[in-house]
Amino acid sequence: MSALKNIWIVYNRELKSQFNSMLAYVFIVIFVLLSMSLTFLLDDFFAPNAQDASLEFSFFRWPMWLLMFLAPAVGMRLWSEEQRTGTIELLLTMPLAVWHAIVGKYLAALSVITIAILFTFPVVITVAYLGDPDNGTVWGGYLACIFYGGGALAITCAVSALTRSSVACLIIALALCFGQLLIAIPPVLEYAADNWGGAVADVLGSLGTWAHYTEMKRGVISFANVVFYLSMIGFCLFLTSVVIKSKRS
Amino acid sequence: MISVKNLSKSFGQKLAVDDISFEVKKGEVLGFLGPNGAGKSTTMRMVTGYLPPTSGEVVIDGINIAENSIGAKQKIGYLPEAAPLYSDMTVSSFLNFIAELRGKSKSDVEAAIDTCFLGPVRQQSIETLSKGYKHRTCLAQSILHDPEILVLDEPTDGLDPNQKQEVRNLIKRMGEDKAIIFSTHILEEVEAACTRAIIIDQGRVVADGAPNDLKAKASGSGSHMVKISGMAGSGIRSELSSISGVEMVREFASSESSFSGQVLPSKKVNTNAESIFNLCKEKGLLLEELRVEEGRLDEVFREITKTDTEISERIVKEEDPEKVVQD
Repeated sequence: MSALKNIWIVYNRELKSQFNSMLAYVFIVIFVLLSMSLTFLLDDFFAPNAQDASLEFSFFRWPMWLLMFLAPAVGMRLWSEEQRTGTIELLLTMPLAVWHAIVGKYLAALSVITIAILFTFPVVITVAYLGDPDNGTVWGGYLACIFYGGGALAITCAVSALTRSSVACLIIALALCFGQLLIAIPPVLEYAADNWGGAVADVLGSLGTWAHYTEMKRGVISFANVVFYLSMIGFCLFLTSVVIKSKRS
Repeated sequence: MISVKNLSKSFGQKLAVDDISFEVKKGEVLGFLGPNGAGKSTTMRMVTGYLPPTSGEVVIDGINIAENSIGAKQKIGYLPEAAPLYSDMTVSSFLNFIAELRGKSKSDVEAAIDTCFLGPVRQQSIETLSKGYKHRTCLAQSILHDPEILVLDEPTDGLDPNQKQEVRNLIKRMGEDKAIIFSTHILEEVEAACTRAIIIDQGRVVADGAPNDLKAKASGSGSHMVKISGMAGSGIRSELSSISGVEMVREFASSESSFSGQVLPSKKVNTNAESIFNLCKEKGLLLEELRVEEGRLDEVFREITKTDTEISERIVKEEDPEKVVQD
């Protein structure tokens, strides 16, 4: 009970602080504008030969690449700022467990990302107006975005515990997210299968985010995909607590 | 209330705190003194449960902080060094956040705002506050839940003289029914607010006692400052030296008809004042000034911490034969 209460108190403060800094608004606006313009301008969404009003290959192609930037940008200050200003000393001498603070702060940043993703709703309305989209893929696409954003954010959270510099955190987290995406794209998997054997390719494919994301955005919310993201998030948050504890001893 | 036993902390190779033990009871205000880097802040961070000790234990009101850190932290109010704050919040929203975490109500926040004179800035964003207000906001945070134990790391740092006095009075007042540890390197502060003082140097306790006991350890303690006229200075000096029990007479100023200086007794017995007075009466001299030197804390502090560095330098030389040869 007190754990939930503590998480809620930390969550509230962190969320207010995200929006106090104005940065959250900037990130949300940039994310929404970019995902919209990439959909409408770069893709053949309005092409005369477009067969269907599907969002799968137009709109939902982009968020993964954008979230790769958005999640580290939103999460870069989570623990680095606390360490830079010394407020971590204040927070960790309050009567709460370290994991309450980690989860509360993480969920607050995840809320910012979720709000950014949900603000792309006009594209859904557009498609619904133009045609008759498959609702399953729309929901699947949004879930894929939130899970992917949550995973990238968890990586950022762990990295931010390692450094006092939010810029360093942004760069390292971005590199890690990009790396995790790259190891599972089809060309890399083919190369791995040819040169290092199928087992290596399987491991890379399941550790990387590419397949999990593309499957989910097709509307396939499989147990394996959900478990993948949840265990990745859990592992990264656990890693955060290990880093925070070991830095003090 | 606070019991610290054989506490040590090392960061890699560096031993920051070396086997420190002390106790603070309810109603006691313990002053923590020491040069920069002596291990004051590290010790306080271990007492408040922020840093886990390398060895030793901290017991807060019967609760071992390593076993039940949340239970122990509930009883402690802590003002960290440099008073960190969430600068994007307003004073009252920050204090409300702390009150929520501590399970306290809005009226407790109001009380803390009053105690720390934060009324005029309550709705102001913390980043726009002056250093004094920031410091007091952090102090308000530490006393908001009326803790039994207060740990204040340099509570008067960065305040102006009036604010310093206010904070000292506050510490003194709260010290009546709490156990308080505060660190400082302003020595008058120890005399003004502490019931006991500990001097630490290079991670070890080098002196522990009431401020007056510590002062008595100063080399000049118990001596007499005199100013006498009516005779040539050198004559007065030799007369003073002839008094029994006088070890040495130090001259500050001397002229044809007066002398001022310091009379140091051989033992720390307080009989010289009377003999100096009698001497002047017999010889018909004018005793313009006679004052007992109490001994100054900063003198004790310097002596204790200086000898330590000298000793360690000597040890280094002895351990390093090549260096001795080169010398």
